[in-house]
Amino acid sequence: MLLIPCPYCGARPQDEFHYRGDATVKRPAPDAGLQALYDFVYTRTNPRGWHLEWWHHYAGCRQWVKVERNTLTHEIRTAVGPAEDTPQLSA
Amino acid sequence: MPARIEPIADRYSAWRLLKEGISGNRGWKQAWRKPEPKARYDVVIIGGGGHGLATAHYLANVHGITNVAVVQKGPIGLGNGGRNTTIVRSNYLLPSNTRFYEYSLKLWEGLEQDLNYNVMVSQRGQLSLFHSDSERDAAVRRGNSMRIQGVDAVLVDGEAVRAMLPFLAMDNPMFPILGGLLQPRGGTARHDAVIWGFARAADRRGVDILEHCEVTGIRRDGGRVVGVETTRGFIGARKVGIAVAGNTSRVAAMAGLRLPVESHLLQAFVSEAIKPLINCVISFGAGHFYISQTDRGGLIFGGDLDGYNSYSQRGNLPLVERLMGVGVSMIPALSRLRVLRQWAGIADMTMDGSPFICRTLIEGLYLNGGWCYGGFKATPASGWCFAYTIAKDEPHPFNADLTIDRFLEGRMIDERGAGPNPWAQ
Repeated sequence: MLLIPCPYCGARPQDEFHYRGDATVKRPAPDAGLQALYDFVYTRTNPRGWHLEWWHHYAGCRQWVKVERNTLTHEIRTAVGPAEDTPQLSA
Repeated sequence: MPARIEPIADRYSAWRLLKEGISGNRGWKQAWRKPEPKARYDVVIIGGGGHGLATAHYLANVHGITNVAVVQKGPIGLGNGGRNTTIVRSNYLLPSNTRFYEYSLKLWEGLEQDLNYNVMVSQRGQLSLFHSDSERDAAVRRGNSMRIQGVDAVLVDGEAVRAMLPFLAMDNPMFPILGGLLQPRGGTARHDAVIWGFARAADRRGVDILEHCEVTGIRRDGGRVVGVETTRGFIGARKVGIAVAGNTSRVAAMAGLRLPVESHLLQAFVSEAIKPLINCVISFGAGHFYISQTDRGGLIFGGDLDGYNSYSQRGNLPLVERLMGVGVSMIPALSRLRVLRQWAGIADMTMDGSPFICRTLIEGLYLNGGWCYGGFKATPASGWCFAYTIAKDEPHPFNADLTIDRFLEGRMIDERGAGPNPWAQ
């Protein structure tokens, strides 16, 4: 069981969340071209290690939270609100 | 180098079994060699699972390319080749998938003769249940799609399902079983034997299987592949094939490729052994759950992904709880059984739920991956098509649609229509 430290509700079980994928992908500018749009929709880094990802706390505060989780060990380092940057990644 | 042909005396047969049986089983030979890496090969296949070994077998057997190495970081067959639920079937809806998986099923049907190895293919039938009129309509549509393409499909009504499988919860008030779509030629095969059979057959043709040889880099000269860096030194190669489903993103990244793939956990379970109960493969229509019985007597079953990116090869408990609930609602008697073992494999989940076997922009580098749930049943055709693509430098019609370019070109093969969400495929 993953315990996700929701910044609004505290540590909550993963059952209360929906996974929504890689949080590092950013929508490109409308005129960025087909390749940029393709990368946004389809390609992923898919790292073996630390991964910044979206979880939707649908059975709690209903916020989307950004969680930094290790895909090899399932360790969770941080969870922040959608507009915030995680300290590790912004450093 | 001429292909090595197996001496008649080394072939597996009923006669050989009898001879070894009465002489103390002392004449069996090692099934595949443990060679040292050569400096250079025509083709290096990265990944000693079913797909990589099958590719080597068909390269040697169909295309006469025997100067081939299969490199694997540990012993062969300990990845997804040893972590699946052993189901073979070809009951797909979309023609690109049906063509490919039906060819795979045809290869399964002749695989034992081809390999001289008992891979225990058992065409016991695969039954997909439906629980509502609209699910029945979808099953009819799928069945018609299959039959138009020459695949066997039979619509079975509720009474016939009850007669076949009296232990199912037919009259569940929420999900009554109205019938099922049966593929009689579907069934199971022995997963480890598939690995060993392909390894032995490839080895007999001169393929070097290099175990404990982890690839750490893919060396290029300009736009062309020249070999692979490994923990056992550099190995030169004219062509390199990647067949490492689960880790495709990581290995492809060594060549600078970024793929429409995420790695996810898929769990499987086996119960204690019981007397014969389930004589086919059953999949539930009201939840994602599939089950069959092994020859040893255990019930083997699985369901959904855990649902988040992971390379851990360890499943998590919320999925276990959900899956057991779904299983018991289909077969109430399951609640009285104990689960003996549980494990998880890493599945390459693509953005449309379909695989790829294709060339890449880098000359001499070929890609095989994105197998989602479908890797085991695809093993022979995956190897066959990948070998064709590598040998001829162009795809066979069976895998012509299975490219990674399809996402950019808008030609998705989205069997489930779940959108670009790998965890939802």
